[in-house]
Amino acid sequence: MSTVTFTFDGKQYTGQKGESLASALLRNGVLHFTDSSYKDRPRGVMGLWVEEPNALVNIDSGAGEPMVMSTTIEIVEGVVARSSQGVGDLPDTRDNSRYDKVNRHVDVLVVGAGTSGLEAAKKFADQGKSVIVMDDKPTAGGHLVYLGQPVPPELLSVLDRENVTFLPRTTVQGLYDQGYSVATERRTDHLDVNVHTEMSRIRTWHIRADHTVLATGAFQRHLVFANNDRPGIMLSHAAATYVSNGANPFRAAVVVTVDNQGYRDAVRLSQAGVTVNAIVDIRNNPSGPSVEAAKASGIQIITGKTAIDTCEKEDGTVKCVSVGNPDGTEAACVDGDLIAVSGGWTPVVHLATFIGIKPTWDAKLAAFVVKHSDSLTSTAGMLAGDFGDDDEAAIFFGPKLSTEQALVAFVDYQRDATYRDFKRAIDAGMRSIEHVKRYTAIGTAHDQGKTSGTVTMGLIGQAIGKAPDEIGSLTFRPPYISVPFAALAGRDRGLLSDPERTTPIHSWHVASGAPMEDVGQWKRPWYFPMPGESMHAAVLRECAAVREGVGVMDASTLGKIDIQGKDAGQFLDLIYTNMFSTLKVGMSRYGLMCGIDGMVFDDGVTTRISENHWLMTTTTGGAAKVLDWLEEWLQTEWPHLEVYCTSVTEQISTVAIVGPKSRELMRRLAPSLDVSNEAFAFMENKHVDVAGVPARIARISFSGELAYEINVPAIYGLHIWESVMAKGADLNITPYGTETMHVLRAEKGFVIVGQETDGTQTPDDLDMNWIVSKKKDDFIGKRSFSRADTARDGRHQLVGILADDGSYVIPEGAYIVAGADEKTAPPVKHIGYITSSYDSAALGRSFALALVANGLARKGEKIAIPMADRVVTGVITDSVFVDKENTRRDG
Amino acid sequence: MLHIPCPYCGPRDETEFHYGSEAHVAYPENSANLTDEEWAKFVFIRSNPKGWMAERWVHSAGCRRWFNVWRNTINHEFGPSYKPFTQQPKSPA
Repeated sequence: MSTVTFTFDGKQYTGQKGESLASALLRNGVLHFTDSSYKDRPRGVMGLWVEEPNALVNIDSGAGEPMVMSTTIEIVEGVVARSSQGVGDLPDTRDNSRYDKVNRHVDVLVVGAGTSGLEAAKKFADQGKSVIVMDDKPTAGGHLVYLGQPVPPELLSVLDRENVTFLPRTTVQGLYDQGYSVATERRTDHLDVNVHTEMSRIRTWHIRADHTVLATGAFQRHLVFANNDRPGIMLSHAAATYVSNGANPFRAAVVVTVDNQGYRDAVRLSQAGVTVNAIVDIRNNPSGPSVEAAKASGIQIITGKTAIDTCEKEDGTVKCVSVGNPDGTEAACVDGDLIAVSGGWTPVVHLATFIGIKPTWDAKLAAFVVKHSDSLTSTAGMLAGDFGDDDEAAIFFGPKLSTEQALVAFVDYQRDATYRDFKRAIDAGMRSIEHVKRYTAIGTAHDQGKTSGTVTMGLIGQAIGKAPDEIGSLTFRPPYISVPFAALAGRDRGLLSDPERTTPIHSWHVASGAPMEDVGQWKRPWYFPMPGESMHAAVLRECAAVREGVGVMDASTLGKIDIQGKDAGQFLDLIYTNMFSTLKVGMSRYGLMCGIDGMVFDDGVTTRISENHWLMTTTTGGAAKVLDWLEEWLQTEWPHLEVYCTSVTEQISTVAIVGPKSRELMRRLAPSLDVSNEAFAFMENKHVDVAGVPARIARISFSGELAYEINVPAIYGLHIWESVMAKGADLNITPYGTETMHVLRAEKGFVIVGQETDGTQTPDDLDMNWIVSKKKDDFIGKRSFSRADTARDGRHQLVGILADDGSYVIPEGAYIVAGADEKTAPPVKHIGYITSSYDSAALGRSFALALVANGLARKGEKIAIPMADRVVTGVITDSVFVDKENTRRDG
Repeated sequence: MLHIPCPYCGPRDETEFHYGSEAHVAYPENSANLTDEEWAKFVFIRSNPKGWMAERWVHSAGCRRWFNVWRNTINHEFGPSYKPFTQQPKSPA
């Protein structure tokens, strides 16, 4: 062991490299670590490991980390720590450490490298299985390490086998279905305080194991007596371990126990040079080897009594403990600057409860244990109730307390929750642990009740005369200990946090300075501002250019599904509400899809390329969902149909040129093409070379204007876009983004699935009855249109809304109430809501689309929209605002 | 995360799949002749058992094929999986 220098609360100390920060502070005589979160009471370290409820610190050195248990920090040269009063603060500098992930399949995962874990690992390794052994401590051996005893070499050597991987400092944070677990491995903090950029600081393991052995051991728990939180009051196993390792600020101890563990720890304390003034045992007739050993070493044993209260020294640390009967009578003080409490063992049942295995109460051990074995999961060691033969515990959690005493008898230290708080919950009628927890906040701090959970259940039992297992069961949720988000994210940060999909033309959009809009995972240009131009001005300019000249839009993100097979037409007739099998080759048709409930699901234009070859387009966000939907029907309902579907979204690039001048531009781009309305009609497709590239051109319009969509293999997308920009320069070709596209389609009353719909609109609701075939025997959704609820009066229907103040753009989502003259003070029944709302260049004013109850029959009615600061009045209109007669689409 | 036995690809992580609700609920051939109640039963009502249930999954990020599989809704244990329109294996119960 080498000596290192570290800083705690601004003061320098020395400690032994690798010992815990808590141990090093005790070695330096520091007992008062921090003050409690809510009541400012001085607190020291209670525990040995992650059960610690008090001694939290913020780490300011290295990568920095808030709210870490000082019992788990292995100190290295230069560690800087600050005591934390329950609330952490994040470092405001960027953490440049590396974090990483690894996935592994393995035959057996053993959680816990104590004796029972190592035995399990040996058993499976002997069978030739691949085994991973994980332990959250720096070395294998479990309790033996704390006791300073050697781990049997025949067990330890199993970790060196070729088919065994041992991962120390690795915490299994969650165990899930079918042997899936997630663990975090701390790899650098114990080496030095440097920020490591070459090696990951924390590596997250995703393990799928055929079998998982839980050998997670146990934590000691405390007892609830008055002033049980003073520095110097510790769990006995923790105190004995610190002291045995030379971290000994104590002179005299009193051990308060309910089991034989207290005796073993008393002997260890005594051997380490602490005078044990007494062992106070709640049991009347303790027996067993540990009791005999303590008697032999001459320690005074007081039976049938327990701790009632404590006194403090001037510095707030403990001075003595008053010992009396469990009903609080006959209390007398026994001196000790260490009060070592052994309240029984609580096995670490967390991982078992994560997958729904219920712990059972073992009255002999006074503990919840998990004795479980099936093909996926088994338990071993203390978790399975193997406490050795010398540990019959009393079922006892604390003495009877006066009201004053109850105010300072702590159940959950980190939450400052006292026996008084607990009693109030019981008196209010709470009986279940789940209710008491929520009433008192017990078990909700960083430690999630590792020590206080069983204590609380025991106290409820004591209070109402039931056994702890009649109160409920311990239930925990991942993660097992708090875990930095950075560890879970690994390298999936920034650009890598989610896949980004971009079109072949994306680089042009970026170079033009267009802000991007996220549409699913797609990055789409939102608008193309001129230097210094606002979004509002840019969108009005783009809209006007399309209506009066020519605009160009990258429509490559639309979902595209290639559909082939002799039954494709019949299939599309079943999928869409309207007829497709009669569509002529070379023509396109707009179609609407519904679910079996009759609600609009997706829409798009589908083109018949040849007799048995179709190309379906879907909404940008709906492509994957629609492909799954088509496959579902083909594979599970109509396998007799010969139809094949393939996603070609990323194989085809689509450039739409839109506006009255698009015909002239199309002529220039494809001189061999007759672009006259007679030769190339609306919804027709032509195959022709454009700028030297084979293209399919479709007369499709999402704006109401004359438009041509140029479809080319994706690698030519940018080439076509640049050709369009070059040939259209003197026509003032104007690139436009998603915002202008939305405004233009809304002016025409074209819906966007997902904006005008939320899964509760039928085609009728959207005023699209014209698209529902009356000729077809059946299609998906048809039968539901005549259901009572879908056919009822009063459904929300698509309409337009014009605010009386044309300069006001009503917020989308705003609620609409009937009648401008009626009172708008609550309660007022709303009749609908705004789905789309924009300022319009074509109208010279604002407009909106809305879903309004019985809206189609209410056109012309006055409405009001109550906003936070004003009431906006307006009128219900038709949903088509521009070119109701469809005269513009032919140029 | 579930480990789902695709009958085509073998066991794979849940993230590769999408759920398709209860298996063997066929689309009615004569929907026009069904009463509202019969139709609503097909659209909205599923058996939702506590215990073993035959259900549909699609291996979206794998072979893209739909299949059926027995799953215990209490502890998420999987029984045998099988291809559509093949003999259903007996419930593991």
